[in-house]
Amino acid sequence: MSVLRVALLIAAKDLRIERRSRTALHTATLFAVLVLLTVVFARDGGSVSLLTLAPSVLWITIALSSLVALNRAFTLEREHAALEGILLAPVPRSALFLGKWLANLAFVSLVMTITFPLWILFYGVAVTPALFAVAAVALLASIGVTAIGTVFSAMAVRTRHAELLLPVLMLPFLLPPIFFAAQSTVRLLAGRPLDELWGSFRFLLLYDVAFATMAALLFPAVVDE
Amino acid sequence: MNPSETPLLAIHGLERRFGALVALRGVSLVVAPGEVVLLLGPNGAGKSTLLRCIAGLARPSKGRVEVSGRNVHADPEARRPLGLLSHQSFLYEDLTARENLRFAAELHGLDSVATRVEQALADARLTSRADTRVFGFSQGMLQRLAIARATLHDPALLLLDEPFTALDAAAARSLRERIAAERDAGRAVVCVTHEPAELWEIASRVIVLRGGVVVADEPRPPDLGEFRAGYDALVTP
Amino acid sequence: MPDAASAERQIRRGRAVTLIALLGLAVLYVMALQFTPPERTMGLVQKLYYVHPPAAYAMQLAFLTTGLCSLLYLLLRDERFDLFAEASAEVGMVMGMIVVITGPIWGRPAWGVWWAWEPRLTFTVLELLVFGGYFALRGAVRDPQERAKFAAVLGMMALVLVPFNHLTVYYFASQHPEPVALRAGKPALPFEMLRTFLTGFGVFTVLYIGLAMQRYGIGVRAAHQEVADA
Repeated sequence: MSVLRVALLIAAKDLRIERRSRTALHTATLFAVLVLLTVVFARDGGSVSLLTLAPSVLWITIALSSLVALNRAFTLEREHAALEGILLAPVPRSALFLGKWLANLAFVSLVMTITFPLWILFYGVAVTPALFAVAAVALLASIGVTAIGTVFSAMAVRTRHAELLLPVLMLPFLLPPIFFAAQSTVRLLAGRPLDELWGSFRFLLLYDVAFATMAALLFPAVVDE
Repeated sequence: MNPSETPLLAIHGLERRFGALVALRGVSLVVAPGEVVLLLGPNGAGKSTLLRCIAGLARPSKGRVEVSGRNVHADPEARRPLGLLSHQSFLYEDLTARENLRFAAELHGLDSVATRVEQALADARLTSRADTRVFGFSQGMLQRLAIARATLHDPALLLLDEPFTALDAAAARSLRERIAAERDAGRAVVCVTHEPAELWEIASRVIVLRGGVVVADEPRPPDLGEFRAGYDALVTP
Repeated sequence: MPDAASAERQIRRGRAVTLIALLGLAVLYVMALQFTPPERTMGLVQKLYYVHPPAAYAMQLAFLTTGLCSLLYLLLRDERFDLFAEASAEVGMVMGMIVVITGPIWGRPAWGVWWAWEPRLTFTVLELLVFGGYFALRGAVRDPQERAKFAAVLGMMALVLVPFNHLTVYYFASQHPEPVALRAGKPALPFEMLRTFLTGFGVFTVLYIGLAMQRYGIGVRAAHQEVADA
C-alpha cells in the first residue's frame, strides 16, 4: 500500500469525522468572520478606509484562523488514544504526516473559501481577476504553514495548554510568509502586473519547500516515544 | 520449532531508559507461534514498557525487537502480524462501529474489507448497532468493539495489556475463550497481567519481570498455589 | 549525563571565563573612548554603541548553536546536547534583550525616536519571539525526554527560519526608511575602528562561552535535582 494511499485514507477519515460533528469548522469560520468584524469596529471610520486595511486584514485573519484550525488534527486523536491505533499499523510515519497535512490543508482551505467572499464584501474589495491570484497566494502560503502546523500541533497536543501554546509556537514562523503574502496582495489589488510579484512567489515557494521538508523529516521523532 | 526458521518474536538485549531511570535492561527472549505467555511482575517492573516496545510504540534505548525477522522500529511491515489490546480502545467516537472497523481494515491493507468487517461485527454481536456512532456505546459494547478492532487482521502475535481489569465475569470468560481460540489457531499471545489466575490454565509460559530485568522465564507450572509462593518470594524486595 | 560534581566544576569554570570576558569588556570601553566623536555630549549613551552590534552577533551565535545542538540531540539522543541547547538559548535571549534595550537607549538621542524598525532591531525581535516560544514549549512539557525531543524539533525549525527572517527583514526594512544614524564618530585610522570592533566581537564570544558554560552547569544540576525529586 503506497504512502499516498494510506495518507488519503487518514485524511478521508479526518474529514469524515469533521463532517460528522462540524464543530471545528464552525468555530474556525466564525472566528475568522469575527476577526474581520473586529477590525471594522476597531478603526476610526473617518480616517482609515477599509480598502486600505483590506490586504493586512486578510492576512491577519488567515493567520489567526489557521491557528484555530490546526489544533483540530491531533485533538481528535486524543480520545481513546486513537493515534496509537495508527502508530501500531504497518504504515510508515510519513504516511501519517502526509495524511494529517492534507487534512489540515483541506480544512484551512475550506475556512478561507468561506471567509474570502466575506472579506471582499465587508472591505469593499473590487472584484477583478486579480482576486484569483490573491487566492493562489493564499494557497501557496497555506502549504508551508500547514506543514509546520502539523508538526507543532502534534507536539502541543501533548501539553496542558495546547490551545495557548500552538499560537505562541507558530506565529513567529508565520511572520515571514505573511509579510510577503501581504505585499503581493497589496500589489495585486492595486493592479500591478504579475511579474512584479515573482520575488514574493519565489520566497513563498522556497519557504514551502524548506518547511515541508523539515516537517516531514521531524514528524516521526515527534510521534515516536 | 525448527531452529532455522525465523522466530515470530525475537527480542535482543532490549534496554529502555527514561533519562536516568532504567525501565528495561538486557531483555532477550523468543516467542514462538502457539505460545501463550504470561508477563508478570510488580508495579513498575517494566511490563507495559516491554509490551509497548514490542508493539513499536516505544523506541528502545538499546537492542532491538524483531517480528518475523524484521525490526519493528525500522520497518513498518514488521508490525503487520501484531495486534494490541490495551486500556485504550483506539476508537473514534464520531465514527460508527462499522466505519471504525473499516478504517482499521484498510489501514492494515486487508483484502475483502467489507466481508471481514461484517464478520467481525457479527462475532462482536454488534451488527444491529453497526451504524451507530461509538459515542453512545456502553462499556461492554466498547470492549467488544475494541477486541474486534485488535483482532480484525488476524494478528499472528496478540499483545494484551492487563485486558481483564475492567471486564465483568461474562466478558472475561469470553475473552479467555477468544485467547484459547487464538492459541489453537497457531497464533501467539503475550499477556501482561498482575493476576496470573485469570489466564493460568490457558498459559503455556510464564515470564517474570522485576526492576526491568527478566528474573524468571519458564513453562507454566501446573500448580498456581505453589507458583504464587515462589513468585512472592521472587518479587518482594 | 555528567555527574553533579562536574556540573559544579563547569559552573566555576564558566564563572572564570565570564570574568575574563567582563575584563575584556572593560578593555573594550577603554579602546572605544579613544575614538572621540564630534558630539561629546552624548556621553554614556554613545558608549553603549560598542555593545550593541557584538551583542546581536552573540545572539545569533547562541541561537545557531542551539539549532546545531538540537540536530545533534535528535541524531544521538545524548541529553548533554539538549542541556547545552537550552543553555545557549537562554544566553541568546539575554544577548537579544541587550540589543533591544541598548537600541532605544542609544537610538533616542541619536534618532529622535524610541524605536525604529531598522534591520538589526527587527531581526532581533523576530528571533526573541521564536526563542520565547522555545522556552514556552520547554515549560509546558513535564517529561524530560519528551521535553528534550520537542525542544530539539523546534530548535531545528528555528534554525531553518533564520535565513527567512533575514530575507524578510531585508525587504521589510527597505519599507521603513532608517533614521539618519549618528555614527559613533569615525576614528582617524580605519585600522583602529576594525580593531575595536573585532575586540568587541571577541569579547562577546568569550562572554557567550562563559555564560553558556555556567548555564549548562546549572542545567545539569537541575536535571539531577529533577531525578532526585521524582
